[in-house]
Amino acid sequence: MFVRSHLLLAAGVVAASALASGPVPAQEVVKIGLIVPMTGGQASTGKQIDNAVKLYMQQNGDTVAGKKIEVILKDDATLPDNTKRLAQELIVNEKVNIIAGFGITPSAFAAAPLATQAKVPEVVMAAGTSVITEKSPYIVRTSFTLGQSSTIIADWAVKNGIKKVATLTSDYAPGNDALKFFKEHFTAGGGQIVEEVKTPLANPDFAPFLQRMKDAKPDAVFVFVPAGQGGNFMKQYAERGLDKAGIKVIGPGDVTDDDQLKDMGDAVLGTVTAHIYSAAHPSAKNKEFVAAYKKAFKQRPGFMAVGGYDGMHLIYAALKKTGGKADGDSLIAAMKGLAWESPRGPISIDPETRDIIQNVYIRKVEKVDGELYNVEFETFKDVKDPGKTKK
Amino acid sequence: MSASSDVGRIARAHANWHWSEIVFWCLTLACGFLFPSRYLIMTDIVRLALFALSLDLILGYAGIVSLGHAAFFGIGAYSAGLLAVHGVITQPVLALIVAGLVAAVIGFLTSFLVIRGVDLTRLMVTLGIALLLEALSERFSNITGGTDGLQGIEMAPVLGAFQFDIFGRTGFFYALIVLFVLFLIARRIVHSPFGLSLRAIKNNPLRAAAIGVPVNRRLIGVYTLAAFYAGIAGALFTQTTQLASLDVFSFERSADLMLVLVIGGTGYLYGGLIGAVVFRMLQEFFSNITPEYWQFWIGLVLVVIVLVGRARLHRWVLFVPNWIIRQFGGQKATVAVSEGEAS
Repeated sequence: MFVRSHLLLAAGVVAASALASGPVPAQEVVKIGLIVPMTGGQASTGKQIDNAVKLYMQQNGDTVAGKKIEVILKDDATLPDNTKRLAQELIVNEKVNIIAGFGITPSAFAAAPLATQAKVPEVVMAAGTSVITEKSPYIVRTSFTLGQSSTIIADWAVKNGIKKVATLTSDYAPGNDALKFFKEHFTAGGGQIVEEVKTPLANPDFAPFLQRMKDAKPDAVFVFVPAGQGGNFMKQYAERGLDKAGIKVIGPGDVTDDDQLKDMGDAVLGTVTAHIYSAAHPSAKNKEFVAAYKKAFKQRPGFMAVGGYDGMHLIYAALKKTGGKADGDSLIAAMKGLAWESPRGPISIDPETRDIIQNVYIRKVEKVDGELYNVEFETFKDVKDPGKTKK
Repeated sequence: MSASSDVGRIARAHANWHWSEIVFWCLTLACGFLFPSRYLIMTDIVRLALFALSLDLILGYAGIVSLGHAAFFGIGAYSAGLLAVHGVITQPVLALIVAGLVAAVIGFLTSFLVIRGVDLTRLMVTLGIALLLEALSERFSNITGGTDGLQGIEMAPVLGAFQFDIFGRTGFFYALIVLFVLFLIARRIVHSPFGLSLRAIKNNPLRAAAIGVPVNRRLIGVYTLAAFYAGIAGALFTQTTQLASLDVFSFERSADLMLVLVIGGTGYLYGGLIGAVVFRMLQEFFSNITPEYWQFWIGLVLVVIVLVGRARLHRWVLFVPNWIIRQFGGQKATVAVSEGEAS
């Protein structure tokens, strides 16, 4: 019994000491709670965003409109209940002015009621499901929506003589969005969907699905997998010989994410995707961004990094506009309608929907200086989220 | 005659409340008032503790190893979520009990599969059941919401009076009261003849059967009970976070639970509670220091705990309190832990 009673006491002591870290008063500080997956399935998303945020602060300093910016990084391990708890703790204990990040859609959903309740702006830097911004009037998005890229690749496919398409999408909200928008536009243009598979988000073994794709003999496969799974998909696509069977890959650009593109091998050459950002985007702003990012982190930035970078810019610009006023309503009002030049091209925040308006580019994977890049060859200007324009 | 009265006396003596248990619960309650800014993590700990208590009932008392205990947690979580979403039962307490009962029914049905084998078989069977349920809830995403989780759970106030607040205060005390009540029941059960017979089965099922203990029936009983407890823990999860997504069934959840019991020890009910506190605190501590590599440090600590052994760690932890006590009460007052008593 001795061991046990002491164990009880010891546990109490541990609990007491670990819990005793109290909140710090916030005066001239604007706190940003950055909640991203640093471990778990979407860890690469979190790391890119974290890097980009650090880079932005390095380049632009940590004071805006007289306020010091403090970023508190939290890892939600890709679990929405963690996201919610962390967001709640950041809002209640740390009194953060803004919550940001959100690697996957369920995480953004989980935090939405808190944003509304506490009137704290939620800057979505990654998750791409259309309805996210409708879940709270305090949500602003700096990433993209799947609708933006999926409708455009569908139109492109119709125009370029692709008739039969098999689809492979991750079975969760963004994947279903991608599928829905692609299908609408593709079938309206006379295309035919010959096979439709949904892969589980948590278990990205594509081999069995790919076999079914191959048997269906489509002209192309439309693929959406979340950032970080593209490399794995492409590997199995090549292993199953789909490239040799002449089945092309098309889709939103998540599958050829710059983060992993370099190591995907030659099977990926010629893949055509529609997306919002390529590290090869030919603008001075982007060249400078890519060079700085490469120098700081020894790797190429992907679109998730750009989402984080622009998210920080949005926060900085909004603070400048409010003159340092950091309450939720002023910030959201300031964010609406902001427009600026991002590494991906010109972007703005739609004042109606608080969603991002941006160019969507059609790109083809090519070798540039011996490295694989998404080379843009067609631009669709100022694309709004089709999920909202319909209403 | 004297032998049986001896057994009764010893059993009763064991069932008496030890002073340290009272201190433990007082400390727990005190935490609720001392750290008003940390309700959420404490609620998390309470839920995990209840879940671990549930595994301890079958692992520590009946010797059933399970790597799929999240199955019942998940069923409880989704039951509570669905009840709330569709407005079937809006009263949280009632919904909690119903969710627990649903899990108990599934526990009862699957117990027949579990009791058939021995350890390794049981690991596989329990793991399989959890994976099966996870796959099912992914397949029927129109009901469960799939990977996106069940959307739109809104909880009515507890007992119509206590609204779940953003600080998590209601959630914490609600969870703590549920834990305490269920703990009392579990404590009563393990000290009852039923609980004693479980220990006999754990020690030697053949001998237990030979002295007339209905082994299978007892195992089914305790497995169902544990499923009920896990279901309640799951329902608490849904009610206090207003979320339910596929990861309630995840293997990690079951595996973490094993770790909790490894840290805390099995077969004395408090193991799960202490393990939950230590496990979550370690996680919180390390992930605050390094959001990127906290898993490494957790792993390291776990390896150390297993290699060095709990009993010796306790001695180190108690070094400072012992030293203080010695200063005040002289050499005799030391609360040294004897080596042989490692549990």
